[in-house]
Parts: sequence; structure tokens; C-alpha cells
Amino acid sequence: MDSHADHAVRRYFGIFAALLVLLVITVGAAYVHLGAANIVVALVIAVVKASLVAWVFMHLRSSTPIVILFALGGVFWLVILILLTAADFLAR
Amino acid sequence: MSVVSPAPPLRLKESYLSVSFTIRSWLLSTDHKRIGILYLLSITALFLFGGAAAVAMRVELMTPQADVVRAEVYNRMFTVHGVIMVWFFLIPSIPAVLGNFLIPLMIGARDLAFPKLNLASWYVFMAGAAFTLWAIVRGGVDTGWTFYTPYSSTYSNSYVMLTATGIFITGFSSIFTGLNFIVTIHTMRAPGLQWFRLPLFVWSLYATSLILVLATPVLAISLGLIALERLFGFGIYDPNKGGDPLLFQHLFWFYSHPAVYIMILPGMGVVSETIACFSRKAVFGYKVVAMSSLAIAVLGFLVWGHHMFVSGQSTYAGLVFSLLSFLVAIPSAIKTFNWTATLYKGQITFATPMLYALGFIGLFTIGGLTGLVLASLAVDVHVHDTYFVVAHFHYIMVGGMVMAYLGGIHFWWPKMTGRMYPEGWARFSAILVFVGFNLTFFPQFLLGYLGMPRRYHTYPAEFQVLNVMSTAGASILGVGYLFPLTYLLWSLRYGPRAESNPWNATGLEWQTPSPPPTYNFKETPVVTEGPYHYETGE
Repeated sequence: MDSHADHAVRRYFGIFAALLVLLVITVGAAYVHLGAANIVVALVIAVVKASLVAWVFMHLRSSTPIVILFALGGVFWLVILILLTAADFLAR
Repeated sequence: MSVVSPAPPLRLKESYLSVSFTIRSWLLSTDHKRIGILYLLSITALFLFGGAAAVAMRVELMTPQADVVRAEVYNRMFTVHGVIMVWFFLIPSIPAVLGNFLIPLMIGARDLAFPKLNLASWYVFMAGAAFTLWAIVRGGVDTGWTFYTPYSSTYSNSYVMLTATGIFITGFSSIFTGLNFIVTIHTMRAPGLQWFRLPLFVWSLYATSLILVLATPVLAISLGLIALERLFGFGIYDPNKGGDPLLFQHLFWFYSHPAVYIMILPGMGVVSETIACFSRKAVFGYKVVAMSSLAIAVLGFLVWGHHMFVSGQSTYAGLVFSLLSFLVAIPSAIKTFNWTATLYKGQITFATPMLYALGFIGLFTIGGLTGLVLASLAVDVHVHDTYFVVAHFHYIMVGGMVMAYLGGIHFWWPKMTGRMYPEGWARFSAILVFVGFNLTFFPQFLLGYLGMPRRYHTYPAEFQVLNVMSTAGASILGVGYLFPLTYLLWSLRYGPRAESNPWNATGLEWQTPSPPPTYNFKETPVVTEGPYHYETGE
């Protein structure tokens, strides 16, 4: 049991470190002029960070399929929000 | 009124009401039934408060000129009315009171999946209500319940942030409740209770819970972004800082349009139960009615832009949202036709809950069809922001949801309290509510069509007759609401004791004593058939 718990703690700190690294990359990328690609890079990093948090910290990796389905449902609803708002913004 | 399968006589101390009588035992209870009653008391008080603001408005509108309140006060009155009625009455009404009380009983469970979370939801709700009431006492808000920017941001001159904080907090109680219901319905159904044996009330609350969980966070986001803009100067909604004022309307309505379905879907569930019981028939097309709840929950997320046809949204988006809005009418129509088909050749009795359910069908149909009028791009330009819109959504919210709520309260009152209400008085006030409601809001359709804008405290003299009719109707409606408040309280002491199944209804909640014991069932029930076995079961 102890070694199992140690393993879990190590994993959490590993993810925490990864998130900090990604944060540094986000800040660094903001100083590099990539034009429109700046926002794309920032969003891709943000998605990776959110996925890591959901997958490990929020235990999706060890959840039942129905819980994962519900989590994907949340992502799908976010797509609805962005897509239909874009239908207005991009067509103005 | 005979009992089909009388439950064993209940010794009084076994009921959830008589387990303990201390205030502490109520305030710290994790019993879903007691929490339902806590919600019932709280939202009734808030309903009276929101209703008082409506009375003030209707009194002001009796004459064309301003005579009771100034324009600034009037703005605060309709904002208070909207905020209180939407977030502190309609959203929690059927889910938090009847849903809390009934879902575990209907699925044969001892409680909800997370009883402590359930109690927490009530405390969070009360904290949100306290914040909002404090803001109102300090001077109120004048933005309307919609908090449109820039009224709520650049040009705000009232307690926007305090009120928004109250609503932000209350949102968490919605999420707690929705999450609790979803997990409970998934994991705690009695043996044999397959999905397609669930009562339609449970289906409708399942659909409602999905909306609560998916939409409410976006409300928190849209209000939170107002806070970021106001406190830290972020350019989110202010075009001078690179923001977009229409973004607020997109985010707000992404929550608030589905919120309309949060407010009406549970009412549809109540109507399905009462129509089946008082026509002695299974609901026609059960599976389709169940699925139409889910269809409404999903399609309801795709139509928010119909609130923005004249606010500068692109024509292309307007077309898309108009088309999608027409689509969402289909599952609602399916329900209405199926209730009507259920009545066909039914053995109908006009008990009070049935009167409310029949009223619901008629008024919801008017409210729904005028919604199609508003969803038509060109017509909306004429009637947008007029009393036509006010009449339309009150036909849904009051004619639909409040009628269903009152019908549900009457239907399950014997189960909740163990007492019967006086049937004669109850029928009389159901009719009073119906008449008063129509007299209040039908003239508003005409006023709107003639061009009277909403949210003004003065109007041209030619609109006075219709406004006086509306105010007269509102007073009848008010009396119609005070009657149930009075006789239901009276019945707690003087009403005849209720049997376990006074309506001869099917459904697990009727197979346990009235009022139910703390853990609902002495033995976990085993379900072997669908929810409405009226023709064969009686």
C-alpha cells in the first residue's frame, strides 16, 4: 500500500512540474512574435494543461467509461458555445 | 378515493416529520425530504418577495403617467422581480422541492447519492439569496435581470457586483443539485427499475439536471468576466479596450436560454404524472415523451441567439438561430400531443392537480406558439422588447411552470405532509389562478403587438384600458396564490389524515406511508413493470 501511495504522490508532483514547465513555455511564447500563431500556441498549451489536470488530478484515467463520457460531454458543450458564437462573430 | 394496497398503519414517530422536532434536527438534516421542505419554505418566502415587486409595478402601470415610483425605482422593481423569480424561485422550484423530495422515493432509494452535498446546496442557496437581498436593501440594481453590458459595466450606477455575487453563489447550489440527481438516477435505482420503467417526472428531472450542470458554469463565467472588467480593467466586453459587448449576450444566453428549459422541463414531468393518474391511463407514447425531454435539453442549448436578433448579431447567425429555435418546438409539441392523446378515452376526474395540469397544457401551448412568432426573424423586429415578449415568457414561466408547481404541490401534499388539503377551496383557487393569469397576461400580448415597450413606467394614454385589465388580473392572480398558502397551512393541523395512496396512483412513492419514514421504504422495493400500469393495475 505504501509504495502504491508513494507512486501516486510521485505522479502528482510529476504532473505539477509538467504544468509549471508548460506555464514557463506559455509566458516565453508570448515574447516571441508569431503573429496570429501566438494565440494558437497559447490555446494548444492551455488545452494540454487542462487535459493533464482532468486526466490525472481529477482521476479520469481511472474512471469508468460513463464518467469519461460525461467529461467528454462537457468538452462537446464547450465546442457548441464556441462554434455558434463564432457563427455570429466571423459572419459580422 | 379507495386505497388499493393499503400500507400498514404507520406509528407516528416513524415518519420523517416526527423523528425529531428540534430546529437543529431540521437545519442539520441530510434527509432529502426534510431538505425539500427547507427549500419549500425558503422559495415560498422569496416568491412572496418577488411577487411584491410585481404588485408595485402593476400598481404603477394602472395610469399612463408616473404616480407611485420614479423611473429609477421602477427599473429596480422589475430587476428585483426578475432576479428573485428566476434564480430564487423558478430554477429551484420543482427540482429542489419536489425533485429532492420525490426522486429517491420514485426510484426506491433511501436518499440521494450525496445527502451532505444536498444539505450544502441549501446553505449555498441561502447564502446567495442573502447576498442578493442585501444588495436590494442597500439600493438595488437597475440593469434588468439580464445584466446586459454596458449597463452592468461601464455605465453601472447600482449594486451590480453584489447582486451578481449572490447569483454566482446560488449557481453552485444548482450544480450541486443537478450533480446529485444525475448520480442518484444512474446508480441508485431499485432492483428491476430499468431506465424505461422510470416515471416521466424522473426523466424530466434527469434532463433538467444535465442542463443545470452544463449551463450554470457559463453563467458564473459571464458574471465573473464582468467582475474582471470592472475591478481590473480587462477588455472583455468594453470595445474601447478591445472587448465585445455582444460577447456578454452570447455567454449570458448560453446559460439563460437553457435555464428556461430548467424552469419548464420539471413542470412537464409533473404534468405527465398527473395526467396519467387522473385519466387512469398510461402516458401515450411513454418512450417518446421521455426522449423528448432529452431532446429539449440538447436542442435548448442551440437556440440562444434568438434573444439577439436585433442587437447587432450577424444576419447569418440570426438565420441559423431562427431555424434551430423552430426545431426545439418539435419535442415540446410531441409532449403536448401525447398528453392530449393520453386524455383520449381516459376516465378523467377533475381533481385540483388535474385542473392545474390541464391549465398548463393550454397556457404552455399559447406560450410555446408565441415563441415561434418571436423566433421568426422579421416579426421579431416588430415585437422585440415589447410586452409581447413579456406575455410570451410569462405564459411559459407562470402559466406553465408555476401552474405545474402548484399542481405538483397539491398532488404530493398528502405524501409530503400526511394531510389532505380541502378539495373545494383548492379547485376554486386553481380556477381563480387560471382566470387571473389570463386576464393579467393576455392583454400584454395585445399591448406588445400595438407597440408598448417593456421596462417603462409611463406609456401613451391609449394603452390604459389594457393595462388596467392587466392590473385587475394581477390582483385576482395574487388572491389565487394567497388561497393555497392559507389552506395548505390550515391543512397541516386540520386536514384529514392522508392514506398512503389517496389518488390510487401507481409509482413507488405511493407504496410507502404518508408521510414516509426517514429511509423511505422498510424493504427495498422490486420493480417488475413500467410506471403507469393504470389499465391493467386497477
